[in-house]
Amino acid sequence: MFNVSLAETTTCSETDLTVDFRDQFLLTYQHMLLSRVLEEKLGSLYRAGGRIVGGVYLGKGQEAFSAALGVQLRKGRDIYGPLIRDQAGRIAFGEPIIDTVRTYLGAVTGPMRGRDGNIHRGRPKEGHLAMISHLGSLLAVVAGGLFARRLAGTLKDSIGATSIGDGGTSTGAFHEGLNMAAVEKLPIIVSIANNQYAYSTPNTRQYACANLVDRAAGYGVEGVAVDATDLAACLKVFRAAVARARAGGGPQMIVGSLLRLAGHGEHDDASYVPDKARKDPAARDCLAVAEQFTLDHGWMNEAEVRELHEEVRRNVDQTFSKVSKEPTPDPFKENWQALSSADLVEGQHEA
Amino acid sequence: MSITYLEAIREAQYEALRHDPAVFLYGQDIATFGGAFKATKNLSKEFPGRVFDSPISEDAMIGMAVGAAVEGARPIIEMQFADFSSVGFNQIINQAATLYWRTNVPCPITIRMPSGGTAGSGPFHSQSMEAIYAHYPGLVIVTPATVEDAYWMLLDSVTLNDPVIYCEHKFLYYHLKADQIGERGLPIGKARIARPGRHATIVTYSAMVHEALRAAEELQLDGYQIEVVDLRSVKPMDTDTILASVARTGRLLALGEAFPWGGVTAEIIARVSSEGFHLLDAPPMRLNSKDTPIPYHPNLWKSHRPTTATIAAALRRLLRY
Ligand SMILES: Cc1ncc(C[n+]2csc(CCOP(=O)(O)OP(=O)(O)O)c2C)c(N)n1
Ligand SMILES: [Mg+2]
Repeated sequence: MFNVSLAETTTCSETDLTVDFRDQFLLTYQHMLLSRVLEEKLGSLYRAGGRIVGGVYLGKGQEAFSAALGVQLRKGRDIYGPLIRDQAGRIAFGEPIIDTVRTYLGAVTGPMRGRDGNIHRGRPKEGHLAMISHLGSLLAVVAGGLFARRLAGTLKDSIGATSIGDGGTSTGAFHEGLNMAAVEKLPIIVSIANNQYAYSTPNTRQYACANLVDRAAGYGVEGVAVDATDLAACLKVFRAAVARARAGGGPQMIVGSLLRLAGHGEHDDASYVPDKARKDPAARDCLAVAEQFTLDHGWMNEAEVRELHEEVRRNVDQTFSKVSKEPTPDPFKENWQALSSADLVEGQHEA
Repeated sequence: MSITYLEAIREAQYEALRHDPAVFLYGQDIATFGGAFKATKNLSKEFPGRVFDSPISEDAMIGMAVGAAVEGARPIIEMQFADFSSVGFNQIINQAATLYWRTNVPCPITIRMPSGGTAGSGPFHSQSMEAIYAHYPGLVIVTPATVEDAYWMLLDSVTLNDPVIYCEHKFLYYHLKADQIGERGLPIGKARIARPGRHATIVTYSAMVHEALRAAEELQLDGYQIEVVDLRSVKPMDTDTILASVARTGRLLALGEAFPWGGVTAEIIARVSSEGFHLLDAPPMRLNSKDTPIPYHPNLWKSHRPTTATIAAALRRLLRY
């Protein structure tokens, strides 16, 4: 096995910690916390059974990496294509958590109206694309949005961003999408959360290069590696990458190293992850790390942190109790049409 | 002792590996983990070096199987969900399906596709792909509906010298049990009379066989005897058995879980209409899912696919004609 990486991992030093940086750090930390508390609630509802049908897929441990990208984006201006483990990034981008809850509970009031569920949600017209399950296929879609804007002369300094896991990088779609984005020199951030596993499969069965970031050179794009458990480092890396993309530097590949701290879904106990991996620094909990960083720098004190936890919990609980009273879909009221051209929809032929 | 449909699939792969050293298994999470549904549980332990975790690369997975088959291997490829086979579509329909016809070299690969809907699975983990693949010359498409067929048809698929799309229904994985696997049933290409009857014929396959049987029970209360034909393989399609059944009953309902445009049910109707028009006492009917992607919420999902109730209602209309 090759374990030596050519990649340098970017870290954050005290000189990076400007006031502006501190404010963004604290904001991102709040997004991470909200994401964690929301997902814990989803997990416990799943385990209680009944209310959530289908799977629950959590981003536990990936909040820093995910939100550090989301927080750089401007809703309404940039295009964001989040994936499975991007609850925190979606919050940072500006998705209200009620969209998550409504989609998981299948409420008709939600963006997906019970038609699609869980992580498969978005509001494309607000720049939040709704992922399909097929991994790798979103990258080209984000690229297409940027391409059209450039054609229309409306691109200006807007960018696109999308994420993927180590496993998803093995798809042809990912390769094609990234290559095309590079050829077209589109302003797109491709964030790869290398959480060491794709479901049960260790990443040694996904790629043979030393570090995924080594691939960037092959695509002719900028590549940066980062410790994804370190919020400060993630912010620094994504800020710089976003600035390069906005300035016309083309696609930016960011590879974060971490460990998935949940099962693939909540049905999965992840017993295939060996203790050794769980004890590795890559298995640090990014939320605890960020919290400690905040305390160490005196940006918040313990009481403030506690209070924030309380407030976030109240917010999440209120959202769930509101949504649980909302209607689920009624098949007799449902508009069973897959085309926007209503006059072209065929009737049911069996009758 | 009883065995589920899913366990039968595992047992068949065990037997295939044991019986023929040319067999190997390639798929996502199928080695130590035993697969997303546990269809390959323990096989990597029992057959070291012959069960592999693949990268998430469906196109390459199928292409690799084709190359291996040329060299004499008999790979079984697991798609984690049938839905993801769309990513390997090119290799399936252009590489695997044309190999024998173009080069006279057969392509003995088996592609296992966990198919069909379960509540809460949504548009990308619920699809039935049999009609898409059946459209292309050069592929065999099997759709087992029983524990026995799950077992024997998988073994038959592996020994067959052609590419087989093996559609295993996820809804049957745990629900369907038998006391034992049972004797070898009919060969691939032969349909089965799952229930004899006189008043109407339902031709169907896969999980819908069980919905059809329940609907037939319901109509028996009204004094109707409904014959249920389980196609077992949708390509080749056993037209003789279908026509013989329609000759007995005079009425046909073609039933499938897949989308309504074209597909297996349309093919059934086309064959009966053109070859057995004189046998029909009523216009042939078909019942499929609705013409939208497969919805996530169970309320919608239950209305999207045919159910015992909608099948029974369709039968009543058919019988009234
Ligand atoms: C093309 C395709 N094949 C298979 C799957 C099934 N699947 C869903 S998630 C997953 C593992 C993804 O691993 P990774 O990309 O590393 O993301 P992570 O879950 O670790 O965040 C697999 C195999 C899929 N969604 N798409
Ligand atoms: Mg992963």
